[in-house]
Amino acid sequence: MTEDQSKLVMDGLWNNNPALVQLLGLCPLLAVTGSVVNALGLGFATLLVLVGSNLLVSLIRNKVADDIRLPVFVMIIAALVTIAELTMQALTYELYQILGIFIPLIVTNCAILGRADAYARKNPPHLAVLDGLSMGLGFASVLVLLGAMRELLGQGTLFADMHLLLGPVAQNWTWVIIDDYRGFLFSVLPPGAFVGMGLIIAAKNAYDQYQANTNLTQKPHIDAGSKRVRVTGTIT
Amino acid sequence: MALLNLSSPHHHSLNRTSRLMMWVLLATVPGLLAQSYWFGYGTLINLIWACALAVSFEALVLWLRKRPIKPFISDGSALVTAFLLALALPPFSPWWLTFVAVLFAIVFAKHLYGGLGNNPFNPAMVGYALCLIAFPVSMTQWAGTESTLNLAQQWQWFWTETMSGGIDGYTQATPLDLMRHPKGLTLDELAATNPLLGLGLTASAWINAAYLVGGLGLLALRIFTWHAPVAMLASLGLCSGLFHMGEPDLYPSASQHLFSGATMLAAFFIVTDPVTSATSRKGKLIFGASVGLLVFIIRSYGAYPDAFAFAILLMNLAAPLIDTYTQPKAYGHQGNKDNER
Repeated sequence: MTEDQSKLVMDGLWNNNPALVQLLGLCPLLAVTGSVVNALGLGFATLLVLVGSNLLVSLIRNKVADDIRLPVFVMIIAALVTIAELTMQALTYELYQILGIFIPLIVTNCAILGRADAYARKNPPHLAVLDGLSMGLGFASVLVLLGAMRELLGQGTLFADMHLLLGPVAQNWTWVIIDDYRGFLFSVLPPGAFVGMGLIIAAKNAYDQYQANTNLTQKPHIDAGSKRVRVTGTIT
Repeated sequence: MALLNLSSPHHHSLNRTSRLMMWVLLATVPGLLAQSYWFGYGTLINLIWACALAVSFEALVLWLRKRPIKPFISDGSALVTAFLLALALPPFSPWWLTFVAVLFAIVFAKHLYGGLGNNPFNPAMVGYALCLIAFPVSMTQWAGTESTLNLAQQWQWFWTETMSGGIDGYTQATPLDLMRHPKGLTLDELAATNPLLGLGLTASAWINAAYLVGGLGLLALRIFTWHAPVAMLASLGLCSGLFHMGEPDLYPSASQHLFSGATMLAAFFIVTDPVTSATSRKGKLIFGASVGLLVFIIRSYGAYPDAFAFAILLMNLAAPLIDTYTQPKAYGHQGNKDNER
C-alpha cells in the first residue's frame, strides 16, 4: 500500500471520518442507531452504495461534462440505492421494514454525493473504490458504535435480533449484559442519539488532543553534542 | 502619599452568588415542610440523596475540567439544583431515578455547556424532563395523600422498590392528572365521586401556598424582581380563568391551576433563574407570560402530569431572542436603533 492509499484509509476511518468529523449523514445516523442490528444494516447498505457510486463516478469521470455532473451523480446514487433497497427487501425483509424510509433516504446522505464530487470524479477507479470503502467503513463503524451504546443503555443487551440481518446463525446472539434491566427509554429515543453522538465526538477530539500534546512534548529531541557557537563550559 | 481615587457608589452589595443561593435554599424550606407533611418522608430522603449526588458530581466534573473545586462548590448552585430536583421529583422516587436526574442536570445540562452562567437550560428542569421521558411510570407515581409510611418503609422503598407490611395503595394520580382524564364526567361530578381529588387539591394548595410564602420572602429580599413570577402567574391565571368561564365542566378554575402542581415552585424558584431566563425587565415579563401560556396549553392538552419542565425548557431556548428584542435604552441613546442591523 502506498502512502497515498494508507492516507485514504486513515482519512476515511479516523482523520476525516464522515460521521465524526464531516458530520455528514447525521439524519440516518441519529434515526436508526437504536440497536446494533439496525445500525449494522444501514451501515452496510450505505457502504455498498458508497463503494458502487465512487466506482461508477470514477469510471465515467472523463465522459461527463462538469456542468451536468451533479444530476448524473444523483442518478447513479439513486439507482444504487434502489438496488440496495430491493436486495434488502428480498433478503432481510424484517430489517427492511424496521429501517423503513431510511433505506431510500440513503440517496440523500451527503457523505455519498460528497465523496463522488470531492474525490471520485478526480481520481482513478482503484483509488475511488478504496476511498469509498474506507469512508463507508468509517461511517458504518460509528453507526455500530452508537447503536451498541444506545442498545446497551436503552435495553441492557447487545446484538439483539441479529438474525434479522445475518439469518438463523445469529438467532442466539443476544447478549444480555444487564439482567432485569428496566430500560432507559431516553437512550432509545432520538435525544439519546444526539447525546451519544456528542459523547463519541468529544471522546475522539479528546483523544486527538491528547495525541497532539504528547507529540508536541516529545518533539524537542536534542541531538548529542552541542550546537552552540561558543562553548565556554562542558555540556552534558 | 497616593490617594485612592475611588468613585461612588461605595456601598457594596452583599448579594454574592453563595449568599443568594443560600437564601434560595432557605426559602424552599416552608414548601419542603408542607410537602413532607402531606406526602411523608420521601421528599426528605430525596433531598439528602440529591444534595450528596449534586456536590459529588460537581466536584468530579470540576476536577475533570481542571477548575478550582472549592470556590465553585461553595457557591451553592449545585445545591440549589439538587433542592429543586428533589422537590420536583415524586416523593416515591427510588434512588436510581434521582441519580439519573442529578447526573444529567449537573454533568450534561450545566457543565458540558461551561458551568454556572453558561448553561442555556435550567439544569434541574433538564434532569426532570429527561426522567419524565425516560421513566414515565416512575415519574407519574405521585404519593397518595394518606400515605402512612413510616421512615423505615420509605427507606426500604427508596432502595429496593419493595414494600413490606401489605400496603398497596401508596400512590395515586395527581389532581391535575385526574382533572385531565375525567372519564366522561364533568369536573363537579368528578369531585363528587372521587374523594381523592378534593384531598389532593387541598394538599397541593397547602404546598403551593408554602412555596408562595418562601417566594415572597425572596422577593422582599430582592433576590429577584417581581416581573417574571407575576407575569407567569397572571398569564396562567388569565388563560385558565377565561377557559373556565367558557367551559366550567371541562377546565379547572384559575385558582386550581395556580395552586396545584408545581405552579408556585416554578414561579418563584425556576422561572426566576438568573442564568437561563431573560435578563431585561420587559424580557422577564415576556418570558414569564409565555411560560404561563405554555403551561396552560400543555396542562390542558398534553400527555404529561405537569407542564413546567417543558414550558420552561422551551422558553429557555427563546430567552436570548427575547433579550435581543427587549434591550433597554441606554441613557443618551436612541433605543437600540443604534445597533439594529
